[in-house]
Amino acid sequence: MLKNREELQQYRLSVQNSFNKQVQRVIICAGTGCVAGGSINVYNRLKELLEDRNIHVAIDLEAEPHDESVGLKKSGCHGFCEMGPLLRIDPQGWLYTKVSVDDCEEIVEKTIKNGEYIERLAYCKDNFPIQKQEEIPFYKQQNRVVLEHCGKIDANSIKEYIASGGYTAFEKALFDMSSDEIIDEITKSGLRGRGGGGFPAGRKWAQVKRQNETQKYVVCNGDEGDPGAFMDRSIMEGDPHRMLEGMMIAAVSCGANEGYIYVRAEYPLAVERLKNAIAQAEETGLLGDNILGTDFSFHMHITRGAGAFVCGEGSALTSSIEGRRGFPRVKPPRTVEHGLFDKPTVLNNVETYANVPMIINNGSEWYLGFGTETSPGTKAFALTGNINNNGLIEVPMGTTLRHIIFDIGGGIRDGGEFKAVQIGGPSGACLTKEHLDMPLDFDTLKKVGAMIGSGGLVVMDSNTCMVEVARFFMNFTQNESCGKCIPCREGTKRMLEILERIVAGEGKDGDIDLLLELANTISHTALCGLGKSAPSPVISTIKNFREEYEAHINEKRCPAGVCQKLRKIEIDPDLCKGCSKCSRQCPVEAISGKIKEPFTIDLSKCIRCGNCMTACPFNAIKEG
Amino acid sequence: MYKLKCVSTASENCTQKGAKIKMNKSFDYTVTDSILAAHNYEERAIIAILQEIQEHYHYLPKEVFPYISEKLSISEAGIYSVATFYENFSLEPKGKYVIKVCDGTACHVRRSVPILERLRADLGLSDNKKTTDDLLFTVETVSCLGACGLAPVITVNDTVNPAMTPDKASELLKKLKEESENA
Repeated sequence: MLKNREELQQYRLSVQNSFNKQVQRVIICAGTGCVAGGSINVYNRLKELLEDRNIHVAIDLEAEPHDESVGLKKSGCHGFCEMGPLLRIDPQGWLYTKVSVDDCEEIVEKTIKNGEYIERLAYCKDNFPIQKQEEIPFYKQQNRVVLEHCGKIDANSIKEYIASGGYTAFEKALFDMSSDEIIDEITKSGLRGRGGGGFPAGRKWAQVKRQNETQKYVVCNGDEGDPGAFMDRSIMEGDPHRMLEGMMIAAVSCGANEGYIYVRAEYPLAVERLKNAIAQAEETGLLGDNILGTDFSFHMHITRGAGAFVCGEGSALTSSIEGRRGFPRVKPPRTVEHGLFDKPTVLNNVETYANVPMIINNGSEWYLGFGTETSPGTKAFALTGNINNNGLIEVPMGTTLRHIIFDIGGGIRDGGEFKAVQIGGPSGACLTKEHLDMPLDFDTLKKVGAMIGSGGLVVMDSNTCMVEVARFFMNFTQNESCGKCIPCREGTKRMLEILERIVAGEGKDGDIDLLLELANTISHTALCGLGKSAPSPVISTIKNFREEYEAHINEKRCPAGVCQKLRKIEIDPDLCKGCSKCSRQCPVEAISGKIKEPFTIDLSKCIRCGNCMTACPFNAIKEG
Repeated sequence: MYKLKCVSTASENCTQKGAKIKMNKSFDYTVTDSILAAHNYEERAIIAILQEIQEHYHYLPKEVFPYISEKLSISEAGIYSVATFYENFSLEPKGKYVIKVCDGTACHVRRSVPILERLRADLGLSDNKKTTDDLLFTVETVSCLGACGLAPVITVNDTVNPAMTPDKASELLKKLKEESENA
């Protein structure tokens, strides 16, 4: 339990000493992706092998460090999920990819004992192995500052965080800065909320500070519900203390003494790591009453969500923490005045808080060096869909889509053609080829009717049907509509019905106009952000891919060949040899004919599953 | 739905006329009690309390509603409104293996729907019938598990299975059935 500033500084020196005593560090990715790939088994096997060989293993930093210890660490997400399980070797900075339990013995014998590189585990670009993690194109072109610790330090250790300079910003804010100075620095840095809206964080904090109330709250929105987004998850899992530190600085600046973290139910690992981080911070004396001998007291709580997308909206989130249905309410009053338990509340998302410590440490000038004039800093994106390098990336604001998709993402999967990218999840919009060179920042995206949202980028290739995608998102928002206000509850349902009709081949003349009219009404009259933005995917797909809608409605044809009910499967009588393979594969007995004569498909029975097309050895079955 | 005015303790009868739901009179409230005590009987903790009860029983048994209502002084309707609002709560018993098929955007574009269809076909389930009669399997969808890098994914009781295909899903079912028989 650290009692004052000097003790914290001494403690930092002692853990830094232990950190440096590790002659080698083996860091295994324990993010959700790599864990699913078996990284925990790799960790256990390495531990077993090292102990068998009497090599001193440092699981956590030791008070009395061994001179020649090998640090074996479970870190947060390295980001390159596509190549997992990942293993990093420091100080060399090597990255091994797709590591399995069977590779462990070789890693211990060659790499750990003799410092040899194992080429077979390297990431290869054009058959050329790349040893160092930072040299791999996926990493080389990124700018990882918020995610700097993810993949480098033990996600479960406050000691490693402190040894890497953690809690220095909190120390500075608590002892060397007045609350106005903290808020000034954040305001000058131009930090904008990373949750979607892009509201300036400094202004929010100042508003809360101004409230004349003794009880104030700092709340972290970790309800990352956008399908296709996992940036916040990776920060909570990979560097939980950084986020806590950001919240603590916010609390110092606006005079709050209680904090809540609202985490999605689907993120059990994040909950576990955060609980552990809070317990460690309490034990160390960084959370609790009279922290480090000052009159600042701060207590932190975790609330688990229970599966409601709408709880990502501020007032719904606070309502859920209070133990009620997650209904948004009419604003004003705003959360900064009447937030959680009706008290002034700072509500920011995970990534926003994670940006704070480095702004306090390095100053706003340094921070303004990243990104664009109106959107400074970096942004983490989850890069997914039909792209080669799936994973978590961080780039300066204002980076172009082309750079992200083709240079970092390695282009479209299976040599496909880029068609569109959905940004901002179900509240966002799709961007197409013409937007590839547009800088990604809050304001530019707003101009084209899109939004950064929390940062999910789902890449779609030419085999994706945009009408189906619009239906998919509408289905999502319709399901997640809380039902409080009519435009959203009824409007999304009507829009979904129309879209379902269109993809089923029952579209009518005027459907597009009706969709646009409904979209307009909903976005102008719905109560909260979820409802207001619910029609965005439909508007943007109509704007960019109107011809696909028209093909579905007028020609009853799906240009991408996705919509099952619009598929027309035919057998070419000239190519068919009458082998009967197709009829044997047909699950509904829609294909019949005589052996050695052309077969035919009964379209009234056909369910367009496509089994026959894959079964035919002569390519005689095609979609008409 | 819950039109009963139930008396609070388990030993007493729920004798309201027209009661459609049969209460288990010998329901054991020990687990519920310890969960309530751990949360200091705080009304605001209702979501966490329901979550922990569900973790224990794999669903929310109807018997707990009147009981919690009495202990926390919240109306039954209030608890019921919370329990029905959030997707995670289930008022129906779930299977031993809860399979969640991710249908987030990334999984969807990498074809998660055929996986869901295969699982349902293999188990005779549908959008309306989510749990097998032998209470072995529950198949449901989830809007995103945040494991998009491994799409398409499914989870079995929170264990993530990456890069799934319909065939792999059938294999997995077979394995789980064997595991359950041998257990």
